[in-house]
Amino acid sequence: MPARKSKSQARELLFGDLWEFDPAPESAPAHIDERYRLFINGKYVAPKSRKYFDTISPRNGRKLSEIAEANEADVDAAYSAAAKAFPKWSALPGKERGKYLFRIARLLQDRSREFAVAETLDGGKPIKESRDFDLPMAAAHFFYHAGWADKLDFVAPGRTLKPLGVVGQVIPWNFPLLMLAWKLAPALATGNTVVIKPAETTSVTALKFASILQDAGLPPGVVNFVTGAGETGAAVVNHPTAAKIAFTGSTGVGKLIQRSLAGTGKRLTLELGGKAANIVFEDAPIDQAVEGIINGIFFNQGHVCCAGSRLLVQENIATDFIARLKRRLAVLRVGDPLDKNTDVGAINSKEQLGKIRELVDAGIAQGAEIHQPSCKLPRKGFYFPPTLFTGVSQSQRIAREEIFGPVLSVLTFRTPDEAVEKANNTCYGLSAGVWTDKGSRILNMASSLKAGVVWANTYNKFDPSSPFGGYKESGFGREGGKHGLLDYAQLD
Amino acid sequence: MTLPALQQLLQDVGGVDAVGVEERVAKYATRSIKKESKVFGLKLAASMVDLTTLEGQDTPGKVASLCQKALHPHHLGETPRVAAVCVYPSMVRHAKPLVEGSGIKVASVATAFPSGQAPLATRLAEVRAAVQDGADEIDMVINRGAFLSGELNLVADEIAQVVEACGESTLKVILEVSELGTYDHIRAASFLAMRTIRPGDFIKTSTGKTSGNATLANNQVMLDAIRDHYLATGIEIGMKPAGGIKTAKQALHFLVAVKETLGDAWLTNSRYRFGASSLLNDLLRQLETQRTGSYQAPWSFTENAGSY
Amino acid sequence: MSLTITKTPKCYVGGKFIRSESGRIYPIHRSNGEFFANIPLCTRKDLRNAVEAAAKAGSGWAARSPYNRAQILYRLAEMIEARRSEMQDALKLHGASTKDASTEVQATLDRIVHFAGWADKFEQILGSVNPVASSHFNFTITEPVGIVGILAPEDSPLLALMTLVLPAITAGNSVIAMVSKGAPYPAILLGEMLATSDLPGGVVNLLTGDRADTLPTFASHEHLRALSAVADAAEAKVLQEGAAESVKKVVLHDPDTDWFSDSHDSPYGIRSLTEAKTVWHPIGN
Repeated sequence: MPARKSKSQARELLFGDLWEFDPAPESAPAHIDERYRLFINGKYVAPKSRKYFDTISPRNGRKLSEIAEANEADVDAAYSAAAKAFPKWSALPGKERGKYLFRIARLLQDRSREFAVAETLDGGKPIKESRDFDLPMAAAHFFYHAGWADKLDFVAPGRTLKPLGVVGQVIPWNFPLLMLAWKLAPALATGNTVVIKPAETTSVTALKFASILQDAGLPPGVVNFVTGAGETGAAVVNHPTAAKIAFTGSTGVGKLIQRSLAGTGKRLTLELGGKAANIVFEDAPIDQAVEGIINGIFFNQGHVCCAGSRLLVQENIATDFIARLKRRLAVLRVGDPLDKNTDVGAINSKEQLGKIRELVDAGIAQGAEIHQPSCKLPRKGFYFPPTLFTGVSQSQRIAREEIFGPVLSVLTFRTPDEAVEKANNTCYGLSAGVWTDKGSRILNMASSLKAGVVWANTYNKFDPSSPFGGYKESGFGREGGKHGLLDYAQLD
Repeated sequence: MTLPALQQLLQDVGGVDAVGVEERVAKYATRSIKKESKVFGLKLAASMVDLTTLEGQDTPGKVASLCQKALHPHHLGETPRVAAVCVYPSMVRHAKPLVEGSGIKVASVATAFPSGQAPLATRLAEVRAAVQDGADEIDMVINRGAFLSGELNLVADEIAQVVEACGESTLKVILEVSELGTYDHIRAASFLAMRTIRPGDFIKTSTGKTSGNATLANNQVMLDAIRDHYLATGIEIGMKPAGGIKTAKQALHFLVAVKETLGDAWLTNSRYRFGASSLLNDLLRQLETQRTGSYQAPWSFTENAGSY
Repeated sequence: MSLTITKTPKCYVGGKFIRSESGRIYPIHRSNGEFFANIPLCTRKDLRNAVEAAAKAGSGWAARSPYNRAQILYRLAEMIEARRSEMQDALKLHGASTKDASTEVQATLDRIVHFAGWADKFEQILGSVNPVASSHFNFTITEPVGIVGILAPEDSPLLALMTLVLPAITAGNSVIAMVSKGAPYPAILLGEMLATSDLPGGVVNLLTGDRADTLPTFASHEHLRALSAVADAAEAKVLQEGAAESVKKVVLHDPDTDWFSDSHDSPYGIRSLTEAKTVWHPIGN
């Protein structure tokens, strides 16, 4: 028998092309219209602005569709419709409101493959993720909240939940449909009506979703979609009818919104940026930690507010751990998001790609060591290879600023206290990860980390029943669970 | 102070998070293998099969027909030969002449398979007899009782003695993962075996005779161990999942795990095997489907054995 | 007859009794117009120092067991009860009738005892175990937001102040409260009672003076993680605009609220001054 023993000291595994996979593009039709109008008062309507803007597919840089640009008058019409719908909707028995939400959940499940393909075409995320994560999770959010609608007297002992009125919602481009579900489901379950604005680069699935609302027979005006960029968003946020604004997006915009709402009496919840630390101790289950770190930063190309973008690894295992990460990076498949085998898809927009490049350049300029696996990126479209920075220090930009891309900064620590201090040394506080086999340390770290979500020996897990939201400049308010409901209601 | 042996070993090789490893392997199952890459994968898998019959009712005639199947898997198409036929020791002498010179190995389960509950001398004698009858490969079972009670020296000594009894024959060490209880134990037992066996020998999941067999997660824990052992020592150990792999689709998922954990060097039947009886026919069936473009009925494939 | 030794009113900050670093004061008078004392006119620097003191005390207070926090709050009620007549006199000094003063002290005592009881119970109302679909154990607990700035109203100078302070400290926060300008003496006295109550110094810090001097600093100080304020519309706007700089929570209370109402006796006031933290862990062998 061949009894080979490698002579070379620097052994490495070869992840070559002996067995290369053929392209496996998802072929289900996405049914994307050439042009999308606004959805106000139960109908698709042309914008009063008469303007449309292009939405680009990041997988190839080509125009995918046209989206209506809502101006102030359009937003006003949406609020009028929502205000008109509110008395009846809020007075509907909870169990009836619940039935609408159940219907929506079911209809979304029926059309989930179609929506997954549309999400991937419009946003650039791998079909694997839109199919296996975004869509099932979006449906789950409607299903979960449907069941709350007739149980609002049981959420807060001694009090009952009453709706706030018309809620204005502004959602981001990283999980277009899922964020829509996170926002709509609790708002509707508690009896509010909604004006919601999708992100300008990812409006397609929201506008497709409006047809599900029609099919579900949701009363006109209960949910209204207005599309557009920052100006439309400002009109949504500043409209006097809004009783509450819910925003998910960057900390910069969140601050602007909080400022503009000052003195208006409107309620506000903010789910903003993050710079999460993912902390690996020497006794961690090492291969699962590697997997968790990879999943923590490269899931959805790192376009995740809770991405584990800072790896804090205990110094005595750092060399080995980084080698393992590099080995794992070598088998990540980067490319066409529509290919079922793609692990890391396209960057959402040209603009975002520019931001990532700028910060990566800053990382190199400030002396961090860069590692990128060799991977062939598609020539057209917006792509960035998975990137690892080692030798990163606390003060460098790549350790402090949210990159919102597939870029991991590796730092080291020696003791648990040092890990906590470094992890908390940020203006953000959305999430954190801890990897260790020691139970008491997990609980101690979980209580010491200033973050709204702590994943221990796991990362990037979400569930409709699990509250999500941040500390400090990562925002306030929670989404999911009974905590999320409380943020869409007043206690009577 | 020295820790009890198993505790020491567990600390030495580190733990496994059960949910984490199961999430990792779930990703293999989402790989979509199409067209040329599918044909390549199916052929590769077929070339890795240890075509197996391990029944009380085995006869020389049954073994002969198994060998024919190994030599000529299908009457049409270009199908590769399997890696080995795997039989009980008493059947080795019947199998050997039939496959001699073909490149197909004769593998034999020995060491009081499947329980291993016989005196060591008996087990070693069985190994020697099988080798003498022409077995190219020996599949042994470890002493699970000794492992679980922490008598690791006993386990390792027994493996070492079987290694010696094997002579030139390749050894595959069956951990019988379903009886080890946890992924931590599977990882630890993998290292215990790998530190005793020779380069080119194998570790193997199961006998196929207990309720829990080869799963993607068991396979992953052992592949991770093989990788770590190789990177630390340079010693290349092979891997053989056995039991429960019945479909071509499953086999492709296992191969994706190999590709993404150990890389190209392990995508060969000298490093990776499938212990299976019915898998081969499904591989052939899928290959024919790829070749002809139409789905195939089971009766077009010989030796359509039922259980493992 | 010998001359009375008059007390110099001082603010209670970091467990110590301080004058304003600015040296500024304002006089207060008895209801009959007679001079009573000079009260510190605290500045933004005093607020900054108080925040430092609150930061120092906060982590230790948050780490106390809920049971221990409950006992300390109850101890505070004991301290006030023991000096009840003194506190009633302080309220009467600012014009309250004997009956009103007694009612306010009683209501304050009842509220303190009520929140003492919440300290080791609110978690079971506000927290949750979440039945996630995957193989993970998932729970949500509350944590204090950190340092809370409080702007108390002019009226009900003891009860309103404590109604704002109690939910904050019950949750494990430390606070800096700007007290009633026109009726500051009950808060001065409260500081002395706090000092003997086992509540660690720095957990409650009481500033006197003109809120207009410190309001923008309350709003903008990054280290303050929440504001709980009774404010008019213009003040509210300043607070919320400033809070946006550091994404701080602002809890506004209706100036017309009835401070004696039982509606203040609930854990939902605590909720607004906490963070919810969700923890996930796999379930496996």
